[in-house]
Amino acid sequence: MREPVLSVEHLTMHYSTRKGDVHAVDDVSFELHPGEVLGVVGESGSGKSSVAFTLMRLLPENAHIKGGHVWMNGVDLLTLPEDEMRRYRWKRIAMIFQAAMNTLNPVYKVGDQIIEAMETHGVAYGEAARKRVAELFEMVGLDPALMDRYPHEYSGGMRQRAIIAMALSCDPDVLIADEPTTALDVIVQHRILKNLLQLQKRLDMAMIYITHDIAVVAEVSTRIAVMYAGRLVEIGSTEDIFLRPKHRYTEALLQAFPSIHGEKKTLLTIPGELPNLLNPPRGCRFHPRCAFATEICKEREPEYRTFNPGHLAACWHPVGEENA
Amino acid sequence: MSFQPLVKVEGLKKYFPVSKGLFRKTHDYIHAVDDVSFSIQPRESLGLVGESGCGKTTTGKLLVRLLTPTAGRIFFRMEEEEAREEGVRLEDGYVDVATLKGRALKNFRRHVQMIFQDPYESMNPRLTIYDIVAEPMAVQGIGSVMEREQRVAEMLQHVGLTPPESFMFRYPHELSGGQRQRVAIARALIINPTFVIADEPTSMLDVSVRTGVMQLMQDLADRFGISYLYITHDLAVARYMCDKIAVMYLGKIVEMAETEELLHHPLHPYTKALLSAVPIPDPTYKREVIEIRGSVSTPINPPSYCRFYNRCPVAKEGLCNVQEHPPLEDKGGGHYVACHLV
Repeated sequence: MREPVLSVEHLTMHYSTRKGDVHAVDDVSFELHPGEVLGVVGESGSGKSSVAFTLMRLLPENAHIKGGHVWMNGVDLLTLPEDEMRRYRWKRIAMIFQAAMNTLNPVYKVGDQIIEAMETHGVAYGEAARKRVAELFEMVGLDPALMDRYPHEYSGGMRQRAIIAMALSCDPDVLIADEPTTALDVIVQHRILKNLLQLQKRLDMAMIYITHDIAVVAEVSTRIAVMYAGRLVEIGSTEDIFLRPKHRYTEALLQAFPSIHGEKKTLLTIPGELPNLLNPPRGCRFHPRCAFATEICKEREPEYRTFNPGHLAACWHPVGEENA
Repeated sequence: MSFQPLVKVEGLKKYFPVSKGLFRKTHDYIHAVDDVSFSIQPRESLGLVGESGCGKTTTGKLLVRLLTPTAGRIFFRMEEEEAREEGVRLEDGYVDVATLKGRALKNFRRHVQMIFQDPYESMNPRLTIYDIVAEPMAVQGIGSVMEREQRVAEMLQHVGLTPPESFMFRYPHELSGGQRQRVAIARALIINPTFVIADEPTSMLDVSVRTGVMQLMQDLADRFGISYLYITHDLAVARYMCDKIAVMYLGKIVEMAETEELLHHPLHPYTKALLSAVPIPDPTYKREVIEIRGSVSTPINPPSYCRFYNRCPVAKEGLCNVQEHPPLEDKGGGHYVACHLV
């Protein structure tokens, strides 16, 4: 295996609020390898988007990185001064935001907005930049003639394609996609995902794909990280996660998700609500909702165990060890 | 199943004017709902699915008469005694909701309620949970204060917000999304409606709380004998919530059948394409996706031929773009399709 392009170690990030500290990301570690798609799944408040914004160093003022490292080519992005970080952001590591289709400036032509991004980062200027935008439009399946149009003349799916073109304009090594298709209808979603995966392969880019949708993650990812309440509870190959889940939360999540394919199985109801991260549960954060929880789960945070090479889970009573 | 449907919708239309130009003259109309017919049996749940802009939410709003139809009739079954009390005229045991006004319309809403998508925006933030849930009773002038209080407590218990006393005097912002949607369900069911229109009631909820709300809606429907019109874009959720599914495209129902029949044997080319694009949470399953051209447009003055013609992968020139939009016909066993080629 090639060296990881990105390596996240013990990342911890809190938001300070009037009511106290929100433990948004807690001791999260993972590696991202060249050419792979790492799916990050989780529900609201799981910390999946917070991890992305921390990697990009695009955090609001009340966010505090409490610890950890984000290594890229031997450099810890978290310790870089802001002006040096600017040389990494978008050029080395780029991001497509959730509801990104609404982030285009309505009063500028779409093409000009992408040219501006490239000029700011010194990637290309003038005619060369225009030519590059035309290429990018072709790549994401947009008619290059559309570059001289305004965002309101685009449909939702077209805008999302333009945003992908913009994220790719500086040729990043790592692309973070945060729910890029959540607001789109399934037919458009399918087209965008297909296109995104083709580009990812063609450009040999590593991608982090963040979503709450287990079905989407099953289709796009080579590996999957499952997050719950600020913690990464399980990570493994897509097959490991879907066919041999170990963490009780992963198992429950898969059983609660409906599908139109195959037999209609009974859906599992997970009792309770998502925890309040101002005061997360002690021990395993899933224990108040877990059918398998025992005393130890309430007391001590479970450590990661390796079940298969690269398949790790932090659970005191993993699936398949009912009496352990 | 009874042969007397609870709700019969016939030729329902809603056109919205599009105003343009200096004097904002109306030349164009959005055909949001265009000649839609279906019926729902007592205790049956019909799913209305389709992409954004297909007219599914407009249809729901017409049925509770939050909107007035441009044309068409909405028949709602009622007992003669009830009808007399409420002062409405019955035709063969049905009241025509499309033309109701004033007092009769208000009385009609005792039987029909709606649950909205966004549990964060469908509640007045200044009202307590008690006020929110009791509101339909207050509006309809049902019960004394004591009775209302008792009924609210009962409903909160039904929707799993227990003990009720600990929720009654809290405000919506103090509850989670799942809890708020439970409050919305309690509010909708407090006056014992027989028909509930649920517009994407679980689409804003996280997976781990969603199943609980879906289960709750089904349990309460069984218990109180409620029929649902379940509006959703999520076919996997519709599979679990609906006995039948109707697929809408640009204001028209293009296919309607029993849920499993529709999912496993779709006949309309649009339904086939839509189903094939739904991602499957199983990495070992490789589905074949039917690609269709273009995207959904806005139905402004649509052509009179098949609405799906310009995107249809199997369309026949000279037939599909010449003849009128095909009627929704039973192709056997209650499987309705609107396509010249089926």
